[in-house]
Amino acid sequence: MLVQALGKIGQTLVVLFIVSIATFGLLKLAPGDPVQIMLGSEYSQEAYESLTAEMGLDRSFLVQYADWAINFVQGDWGTSFVARTDIFTYGFKEALPVTLTLAFFSLSFAILIGVPLGVLSAVKKDTAFDAGSAVFALTGTAFPSFLLGILLIWFFGVRLGWFPVMGYVSPWEEFWTGIYHMILPGLTLSTYFIAMITRLTRASLIEVLEEPYIAAARARGEPSWRVIWVHGVRNIAMPLVTILGLQLGTLLQGTVLTETVFNLPGIGQMLTSAVLGREYGVVQAGVIMTALLFIGVNLLVDLSYPILDPRLRDRK
Amino acid sequence: MTAQASPLATKAPAPATNPPAGPPKSKRRGRRSIFVRRPFFTVSLIVALAYLLAAIFAPYVAPYDPVLQSYDAMMQPPTAAHPMGTDSYGQDILSRTIFGARFALIIGFFSVIIGAVGGLVIGLAAGLSGGWVEWGLMRLIDSILALPSLILAVAFIAILGQGVDKVVIAVGLSMIGPFSRTVRADVMRVRVQGFVEAARLMSIPSLQVVWRHVLPNVIFPLAVQVTIRISEAILVSSSLSFLGIGVTPPTPDWGLMIAEGRDFVSFAPWMSAMPGFALALLLIALSIVGDGIREEFDPKGRRGA
Repeated sequence: MLVQALGKIGQTLVVLFIVSIATFGLLKLAPGDPVQIMLGSEYSQEAYESLTAEMGLDRSFLVQYADWAINFVQGDWGTSFVARTDIFTYGFKEALPVTLTLAFFSLSFAILIGVPLGVLSAVKKDTAFDAGSAVFALTGTAFPSFLLGILLIWFFGVRLGWFPVMGYVSPWEEFWTGIYHMILPGLTLSTYFIAMITRLTRASLIEVLEEPYIAAARARGEPSWRVIWVHGVRNIAMPLVTILGLQLGTLLQGTVLTETVFNLPGIGQMLTSAVLGREYGVVQAGVIMTALLFIGVNLLVDLSYPILDPRLRDRK
Repeated sequence: MTAQASPLATKAPAPATNPPAGPPKSKRRGRRSIFVRRPFFTVSLIVALAYLLAAIFAPYVAPYDPVLQSYDAMMQPPTAAHPMGTDSYGQDILSRTIFGARFALIIGFFSVIIGAVGGLVIGLAAGLSGGWVEWGLMRLIDSILALPSLILAVAFIAILGQGVDKVVIAVGLSMIGPFSRTVRADVMRVRVQGFVEAARLMSIPSLQVVWRHVLPNVIFPLAVQVTIRISEAILVSSSLSFLGIGVTPPTPDWGLMIAEGRDFVSFAPWMSAMPGFALALLLIALSIVGDGIREEFDPKGRRGA
C-alpha cells in the first residue's frame, strides 16, 4: 500500500511539473514584449539589451522556468500592477480563502441536501417524489449557474429583500454575517452538485439495496432506517467521494462564475480582471492555484480509498 | 475528419462491413422507433432543431436588426412591439436572442470539432503506444484534465484576446483533454479484440490496421461524444462572454446579454432573464438529447460498464 501511495504521489508530481511548465511556457507566448512595455516607446539598443539581461530573459527557457519555479515555491510571485500588491498576497492570502470558503459552503449544501434527497428517491423509487426529484436533477445539472444566481438575486434579494445580494464577509471572522452572505452564492453554486449527488446517490443506493448484506440486515430484524442509513449509505461513500473529487474542477470553475455574479473577491474575479488588464503573471498564479487544488484533492481522494473501503487495505 | 476518411474507406473493397456497427443495428430492428420509446428525447430534439432553424433563418425570423440601437425605446418591458422587451441601448431582445442562437450553435459546434480532432490525435497516440510514451501521454492528458475547461479557456483567452473566433479556439483547445481520455479508452477496448489481432497476425502494416480497423471503431463513439459535449461547449463559451472576456459587444451573445442585464436586474429583470431562459432551454434540451443518444448508442453504456 505504501508503494502504491508513493507511486501515486510520484505521478502527481509529474503532472504538476507538466502543468507548471505548460502554464509558464504558454504565457510566454502572450503578445507583447515585456521589455518593450517597461521601456516605453523610445529606448536605445543598449538599454533594451541591459534590461533584457537584468530581467533574465536572455537565458534559456529551462533556466528561466527553474528560476520562476524556485521563486514561486518561495512565495515570490511578482507584482500585480492593477491591484498594486504582490501577487502572492493578492492571490494566495486574499483571493484563495474567498474561493475556498465559497467552495466549502457549496459542497456542504450539496452533501446535506443531495444525499438525503437521493436516498429518499431511491427508497421511494418509481413514485411521484422520485419523478419530481429526477426532473429537478436533470434541470439542475443543465441550468447555467450564472443565470440561476441572477434569478436568486432578483427574487430573494430584490423582490423579497431577504438576503444581501453582494459583498463578502468572511465567516471565519464574523460567523453569522458571513454565513448570511454565503447563502445565495452557496445555493447558486451548489444547485448543480445537489442535482448530481441526488442522481448518483439514487443510482448507487438502488444497486446497494439489492446486495445480500442488506437482505441479511433486514433478516436480522434491524429497523429499516438503520438498514438504509447505516448499511446502505456507508457503502455508497466510495463512488460519492470519487465523483466529488473528479467534479472539483466543475466546482472551481463554478466559483469563477458565482464570484462574478455576487461580486466576491475570489480567484475568479482575480482571473477575469487579470485577463482584461493583460496581467499574465496574475493569470499564471490563478491557473496554477486551481491546478494545485484539483491535483491535491484528487491525490487525497485516491489515498482515502483504503480508509473508506476496508477491503482495499489488505491488498499488498 | 470523418468526411476525409469516408472516400478513402470506400476505395478499399474489403472493409465494407464494419464489425461493430453490425450487432447493435440488428438488435434495434425488432424494437419500436427511438422517437416513440423516448417522448422526452423527441420533444427535446424538436426544441433543439427549432433553435437550429431559428439560427439559420435568423434574419427572416427576427423582427428587428439585432444591433439596431434606439434611444426612444430603451429598457422597455415586454410589449407587443418588443415581445421580450428592449435592453439599455434600446436593442430588441427577441431579435438579439434569435441571433444569439446563431452564435451559440456556431461556437458550440466548431469548438467541439476542434476538441474532438485534438482528442482523437492524442487519444489514438496514447492508446496505441506503449511503455514510456504511453505513460508520458497519459500524464499529459492528466495535466490537461487538472484544469477545468472554463479556467483553461480563460488562460487561452488571456493569450489570444477576445472575439468569436478566439472563443472558438479557446473553448476547443480546452476540450481536448476529456475527448482524448474517452478516445484512449475506446482504443484500448478495440485493440485487444479478435479482428485487430487477426489483422496483425496477417502482418498487415500497423498503420493500415489503425486506419482500417481501429479508427472506424473509435469514430462512432467519438461522434456520440461530440453530440453530448456540444452543450458543454455552449455553456463554457457563454460563461466566457458572461465574465466579459469572451465575445465582445455588441455581438448578440446570450452570455454577454445576461451579463449586461445583471446590473439592471432590480428594475429590468427581463434583460437577463430572456436570453437566460433561451440558453437554459437549449442546454436542457441538448442534455436530454445527449442522454438519449448515449443510452441508445454508446457501446460502453449498453454493456453496463
